[in-house]
Amino acid sequence: MGFDQYHEPADELPEATRTFARLCASLTEEAEAIGWYEQRLALERDAEARAVMRDAQGEEFKHFAMDLEFLLRRTPLWREIAQGILFQEGDIVEHGEQAEEEAVEGAGARGEPLPGSTSLGIGSLREAP
Amino acid sequence: MNHLLRGQAPITDAGWRRIDEEARERLEPALAARKLVDFSGPHGWQHSATNLGRTEPVAGAPQGGISARRRRVLPLVEMRAPFAIVRAELDDADRGAEDPDFGELDRAVARLAEAENRAVFHGWESAGITGIAEASTHDAIPLGDDCERYPRHVSKAVEALLEAGIGGPYGVALGPTAYGRVLETAEHGGYPLFEHLRKILGGPLVWAPGVEGAVVLSVRGGDFLFDSGDDISVGYDHHDADAVHLYVQESFSFRLATPEAAVHLSP
Repeated sequence: MGFDQYHEPADELPEATRTFARLCASLTEEAEAIGWYEQRLALERDAEARAVMRDAQGEEFKHFAMDLEFLLRRTPLWREIAQGILFQEGDIVEHGEQAEEEAVEGAGARGEPLPGSTSLGIGSLREAP
Repeated sequence: MNHLLRGQAPITDAGWRRIDEEARERLEPALAARKLVDFSGPHGWQHSATNLGRTEPVAGAPQGGISARRRRVLPLVEMRAPFAIVRAELDDADRGAEDPDFGELDRAVARLAEAENRAVFHGWESAGITGIAEASTHDAIPLGDDCERYPRHVSKAVEALLEAGIGGPYGVALGPTAYGRVLETAEHGGYPLFEHLRKILGGPLVWAPGVEGAVVLSVRGGDFLFDSGDDISVGYDHHDADAVHLYVQESFSFRLATPEAAVHLSP
């Protein structure tokens, strides 16, 4: 049995980090499956087989989206950056740069915990202007 | 594992979640300074001092023809409030008990929050922290017991800030007695005093345990600077057969850039 989703010793990781790692591994697997179906569909000539694979790929789209939503809910900074990029018209790279800058600056101003910190994450409690 | 040694404690992941949640819930209403002043960080446990951008001369350079200056910094202070949790209570929490007794934890976080507020608003000389109220360049305004006069006192404080060229919005940190009076009071016509004061200030009214009287201050930013090293965390000290001994801890410094940006309403 493999536990490849853990990069660090699993027994030293907090439960929440282990869950996070499992969902990251699941997200990767769904993305791989989507890519595989895409390749198979590009070559398959049998219409019935194509219909089956198209349906299966749809399942993977759903799984990928659910995994991603879970991870974004648990990672506010990731969510904030993603909100600036996903489902936006225009230049993807430009949106990415802008979303990252705004989200990181915003996180700093709110006093969000440093990566790996086990603090209570209270930071600043000022109301947004 | 980091300096808090949480991994050494006989506490389950679920137990730590309950402890952290309880501490966070108790702290957030009481941490008044963080609702009014600028917050920088957290910069981590290794962050030891705040840069003041200033120097002082150093005599006796080791070589002739050399002048020297030494950087002045404001060291961070570490504050720690110890407490214990009975192990049987943690066991019950793991079984799903909704009401574990975390009384000592509640009292420890209340002490820590009050100490942070006192340091920011009234200073802590031996830690090198000057408080907002003591540094104010304005005459203190006596608050008194008659809360029907509070709007007048707060208006006078805002006027003093405007005359000194300090822009708003403004906020007020109200000590528990003053805050209680404001909440309970409706003026003639039934308009809540809380809302009236908020309209005068344009900013928040904050419950501030540890504050004597009240402090009106500008919340425009850039005047009062809280520098956080390790933000408030719960750490492990030791345990025995009956109890786990923990502590709640933070490191921080505080400095003022604009002493004239606040007025003390003395009790």
